[in-house]
Amino acid sequence: MTDNSAPLLELRGISKFFGGVISLKDISTSVRPGEVTCVLGDNGAGKSTLIKTLAGVHQPDEGQLLIDGEPVRLQGPRDALDRGIATVYQDLAMIPLLSVWRNFHLGCEPTRGWGPFRRFDVAGARETTRRELAAMGIDIRDPDQPVGTLSGGERQSVAIARAVYLGARVLILDEPTSALGVRQAGQVLRYIVQARDRGVGVVFITHNPHHAYPVGDRFLLLKRGRSLGDFGRDEIELAELVRLMAGGAELEELGHELERDGGDRSVLRAAAELEAQIRSLGGTSPEPEPEPGTGAGAETAATSPATGAAPGTTPVAPRQRTEN
Amino acid sequence: MTTTTAPPTAPRADERVAGGGLLRRFLIRPEIGALIGAIVVFIFFASQSAVFRSVPGFANWLDPASTLGIMAIAVALLMIGGEFDLSAGVLTGTTGLITAILATQYGWNVWLALAVSLAAALLVGFLNGYLVVRTGLPSFIITLGTFLGLQGLNLGVTKAITGTVQVGGLQNADGFSGAHWVFASSVVVGDTHFKVSIVWWIVLAALATYVLLRTRFGNWVFAAGGDPVAARNVGVPAARTKILLFMTVSAAAWLVGSMSVLRLTSVQANAGFGQELIYIVAAVIGGCLLTGGYGSAVGAALGALIFGMTAQGIVYLGWDADWFKLFLGAMLLLAVFANRAVRSYAEQSRR
Repeated sequence: MTDNSAPLLELRGISKFFGGVISLKDISTSVRPGEVTCVLGDNGAGKSTLIKTLAGVHQPDEGQLLIDGEPVRLQGPRDALDRGIATVYQDLAMIPLLSVWRNFHLGCEPTRGWGPFRRFDVAGARETTRRELAAMGIDIRDPDQPVGTLSGGERQSVAIARAVYLGARVLILDEPTSALGVRQAGQVLRYIVQARDRGVGVVFITHNPHHAYPVGDRFLLLKRGRSLGDFGRDEIELAELVRLMAGGAELEELGHELERDGGDRSVLRAAAELEAQIRSLGGTSPEPEPEPGTGAGAETAATSPATGAAPGTTPVAPRQRTEN
Repeated sequence: MTTTTAPPTAPRADERVAGGGLLRRFLIRPEIGALIGAIVVFIFFASQSAVFRSVPGFANWLDPASTLGIMAIAVALLMIGGEFDLSAGVLTGTTGLITAILATQYGWNVWLALAVSLAAALLVGFLNGYLVVRTGLPSFIITLGTFLGLQGLNLGVTKAITGTVQVGGLQNADGFSGAHWVFASSVVVGDTHFKVSIVWWIVLAALATYVLLRTRFGNWVFAAGGDPVAARNVGVPAARTKILLFMTVSAAAWLVGSMSVLRLTSVQANAGFGQELIYIVAAVIGGCLLTGGYGSAVGAALGALIFGMTAQGIVYLGWDADWFKLFLGAMLLLAVFANRAVRSYAEQSRR
C-alpha cells in the first residue's frame, strides 16, 4: 500500500503500569491510512490495555501517542472518537433488543427540525443503514429486526460498518474474529479489507496469526506486556508469526484448523511449511520460549534464517493428515 | 484459544428469522399483550353490566385509569431505562402535602406552592437518579430508602406543623380556582363530566410515545436500559439519561399529587402509600421488561386502563372488592409470562 504516507496514529515507547504490574512496556508501532496493523498476543499479553490506551480510556505512563504526527494526550473515549479513532469492542456495544437501524445510529442519531420539534430522522436512519451496509457488502434482510437475532459475524460487520460510516479514520477492532466460526471469521476479514480499501487505518487485535496474516500490512507482537517486534508484511512470514505467537506446542492444533480453511492457497502453503518445520524439529514441541526481556530482538533474528529456508522445502499435502 | 464452534448453525438460524412475517412482527410489539387484555376485560364487564357500558360509566372507570396511567407511563419510561422507583407512590403524597401546607398553613398562593412542590419533587428525583448512577447500586435499594424516608417525613412534618395527619382547607387559598381548573376540573361531554386528568393522561401517553420512538433521547432510553456499558461506549450519556428519567417520574408524581390535592382540597399524610407497586404492575402489563431496554408508553397507559376498568367493573357487578387483588396478581403473572416469551423470541439465535 502507500508506505510513504504519514502514519495516522503512531505509538512511541508506550508504557502503562497498574500499581506494581507492568501492563505495557515500551510499545511502538504505527497505523497508516489504507493499511491494517495487526496486534497479536496471547491472553494477558497486554492487548486490552493497548486498545484502551488507543481508545482514550487509559493514559500512557510513558511514551508518546501521535495523531497525524502531532503528540496528543487523549482525554477520554469521547476525545478519541472526536479525533476519528473508533473502537469496536468485543461486546460490540450493541443493544440486543434494539433494531439494527437504531443500533447503527446509536449515540449520533440524525435529526430533523429545530428546537422542540427536533426529532430523530427515522426514515433517513433506516435508509442510511441499508445503504451503508450494502456498501460494505453486508446483506441484512430487514433493518427493523433486533440486533439480537443477528449472528455473531453479522453483528460484527454491522459494528464495523457503523464505525466506518461515522467517519472513523482509525478503526480499532478488538478480537473481532475470536468468537466466530471459520466461515464467519472469513466474512469479517473481508469487511476489514473493505474498510481498509476505503482508506481507513485498521488496528486488528487478535490472537490468531492465520486471521492476521492474510489482511495485515504490519504486525505488532505482544507478550506479557512487551513487544516481540513490529514487522512490516515483507519482513515476516506466516510461519514465523505462528512460531512467535504460539510456540510449537500448538502447532498440532493449528494444523487441524488450517485444514478447514480449504480455499485459501497461501494458508495451505503455510500449513505445509508448518508440517515441514515440525518434521525438522523431530515432530515434538520445540524448546520452551525464552522469558520476555531476555532479548526479544535477538530471538526474532535467530529464527529468521530458519523460516527463510522453509518456502524452499517441498510442500507436504495436508491431505495425509485427514487419513489418520 | 482459536475457537471454531459449529459454523453451519448460524446461517440456518438467519433463514428462519427472515421467514418471520408481518403477523409475527406485529405480535412482538410490546403493547400488544396489554391491548388484547384491555379488550378482553372491556368485553367482559361491558357484557355483564349496563352501567359499565354507559357514558357515565366510561367517565367513572376512565378517572382512576387516568391518574394511575400518568404514573404508569413515567414509570414505564424509567423501567425501559433499566431502573425502578419505589418512592414514586409516596412522592405523590409528599408533593400534595407540600402544596397544601404552604397554601393553608403559610398562606401562600396555590400556584407558588405548586412551583415549590414541583421543585422538591424534581430534587427527590435527581437525588434518586444521582445516587443510583453514582453508586451503581440497584435502584430498588436506593429508592426503597427514599420511599421509607419520605414516608417518615410525610407523617413527621405534617404532625409537627398541623398537629394532625391531615391537611385540609385548600379551597380557601389564593389561586385555588385557577389551579383547580387546570388540574382537577371536569370536561362536560353531553351530560357527562369527564375528569380533566383523562386529557392529561392521553396527551402524556402520546408525548411519551413520541419521545421514545422519534427522538434521540428516546433511543438513549432504550440503550441505557438495554446495556448501559455498551451505550456509554458509543457516546450515549447513559447516566444523564437515567437521572432525567428519575426526574420524569418525580414530575409525574407531582402532577398526580397536585391533581389529587386540588380535587379533594385535602390530603392525608399517608397518601400514595402502596401505589408504587401498582405503577410497576401496570408498566409490566404494558409490556415493559423488568430488566430494561424494552417496553412501551402506550402499553403502560393500557395497563392502567385495565386496572381502572377492573376496579370499577367489580363494583358494578356487586362483587366484593377484595377480588380485585386476586385479579391483579393473575394479570401480573400472565403479563410476565407473555413478556418472557417475547424476549426469548427477540433474542433467539443471539450469539
